[in-house]
Amino acid sequence: MIEENADAAAKRQEALDEYESFIGRKIFFISFFILLTVLLCGISISLGPLKFSILEVYATIFDRFFPNFFSVPDLAPIVVWNVRLTRVVMGVLAGIGLAVAGASMQGILRNPLASPFTLGISAGAGLGAALAIIAGVGIGGSSGLLLVANAFIFSLIPSFVIVGLARFKRATPETMILAGIAMTYIFSAVSSLLHYFSDADALKDVVVWLMGDLGKATWGDFYTVGIVLAICIPLLIWKSWDLNVMGGGDEAAKSLGINVEQTRIFIMIVASLIAAVIVCFTGMIGFIGLVAPHITRICIGGDNRFVIPASGLFGAAFLVAADIIAREAMSPLIIPVGIVTSCVGGPLFLYLIARKKKDYW
Amino acid sequence: MKLKVMDVEFGYASTPILRGVNLELARSEVLSIVGPNGAGKSTLIRCINRILNPQKGCIQLDGSDIFQMTRMQIARQLGYIPQSDHQSFPATVFDVVLMGRRPHIGWRSGRRDKEKVLDVLQMLNIEQLAMRDVNEISGGQRQKVLIARALAQEPDVLLLDEPTSNLDIRHQLEVMDAIRTLVAEKNISAIMAIHDLNLGSRYSDRMIMLKKGVIAAAGSPFSVLTEDNIKQVYGVDAAVKEEDGLPYVVPKSPIKHNGGKQL
Repeated sequence: MIEENADAAAKRQEALDEYESFIGRKIFFISFFILLTVLLCGISISLGPLKFSILEVYATIFDRFFPNFFSVPDLAPIVVWNVRLTRVVMGVLAGIGLAVAGASMQGILRNPLASPFTLGISAGAGLGAALAIIAGVGIGGSSGLLLVANAFIFSLIPSFVIVGLARFKRATPETMILAGIAMTYIFSAVSSLLHYFSDADALKDVVVWLMGDLGKATWGDFYTVGIVLAICIPLLIWKSWDLNVMGGGDEAAKSLGINVEQTRIFIMIVASLIAAVIVCFTGMIGFIGLVAPHITRICIGGDNRFVIPASGLFGAAFLVAADIIAREAMSPLIIPVGIVTSCVGGPLFLYLIARKKKDYW
Repeated sequence: MKLKVMDVEFGYASTPILRGVNLELARSEVLSIVGPNGAGKSTLIRCINRILNPQKGCIQLDGSDIFQMTRMQIARQLGYIPQSDHQSFPATVFDVVLMGRRPHIGWRSGRRDKEKVLDVLQMLNIEQLAMRDVNEISGGQRQKVLIARALAQEPDVLLLDEPTSNLDIRHQLEVMDAIRTLVAEKNISAIMAIHDLNLGSRYSDRMIMLKKGVIAAAGSPFSVLTEDNIKQVYGVDAAVKEEDGLPYVVPKSPIKHNGGKQL
């Protein structure tokens, strides 16, 4: 009897130890990607026509906060602060935002294909941008603001339709995805129509905008994006455990006390807002919203309390790295980063799902 | 805890599923709901914890109306065990059982919640599965995980929807034994929808037989599982024997002409 008890206690301790070490692995993953992102940012800023060492980059950045403490090369403050840092900061913010939005959308819709792209957000932004560039119509005054405001407003239209269907027609997750895909087609078709009737210069502008680029950002944009992320991401993390519970189906989630419809709509709105505010400043940067959450889940499992922050960090590191390639591959020519994310990320993802022994879904 | 279901009616659009269902459940009691496919067994279970909202009627827990309660309040008293469960994304057994703590805590699970999870895993003897992915374990194991999750909720009443479907006979008995033991040890009660009349007979104190959303018979297994009731409700000729002091049904043949009520 005593032996039996000791055996049971040992088994119990073993289960707890395994659980704790799994948590440890998740925290390690998150810490690793924080450091990697910081390092990649340093590398990214150090590269360019004017080369600095990585340490000089960090010194230049810290010099702002602790003046006369570091030795900073001439010109470095201007190049770092005014040119290169904007790119990198936008890369970090966009990577975090797109990945977090994708992870949340996949979670609430219980569908591995959900992302800002499949839900029509990018197509909406594309139409908004095309309207602003080609037809010059839309909301907002000056041309730059017109473009951003247009892209933002139009990218939210599909989300409103989807949320409306969920709210008033009690649409299931499957219906919500199909509605998103239907709207992607509609918005793309209207965009194509505009492209067809536009002149060559405007067409090129639109196409380049669509490709997604980090170079458009200014310090002013960061406040907008940064504030939206700072409000929205904590909200998503707050709801992340409910997201786990909903992963087992609506019935089970209801029986565990979750107001499923309300939570789904709430997360959909918050995630769409994140995606929209990023897409309107950067254009379409594909792949991250879809795949960063999957790669994260392959590494650390499906607990959204960790998946949401971890996939955000993975997205940031990935996008900053992709931007380094975009700038260096054909230097001095800069390739739009959206092209690189898909070209590099696609094969990487294929490799990961092929290598995985057990079924992931 | 006393559960009372009064005059519950539920239907989809114009198709009525449940009509005027009444039942009562006392503490430490196991109640089985039997009946043919489409009789409303699962629907009744789902109405009781408001996964579905009945159009009419009243459901009370210890005298308080569940329609006045929030989902969280209901979840602290009623644990639901679905027929099957598929996690859309990878999830460990430990994390799935931990979800049962959701009605009691907000965002963070603490040391106490982990201990509770270990307690129920140990009780059901599945602690060695703790870190396995729920989508990769066997059907019988998964059913135990779902029971564990409901127990982590610390409910007063367990609602089970076909807990033994898709299980082999050994796992059926293991799962039913586990439910019986838990009801006795924790002084809770259980309502289960079940297809297998003999399992229902063996493991429940009382039975309810539903036919097209109406209670056709209710009472002890002996009073419900009669040859006549089975003929009327299922349209099946059956012999009812006795084994271990309990009725035992041997289905023989479907009745060919049943006044147009062929099933």
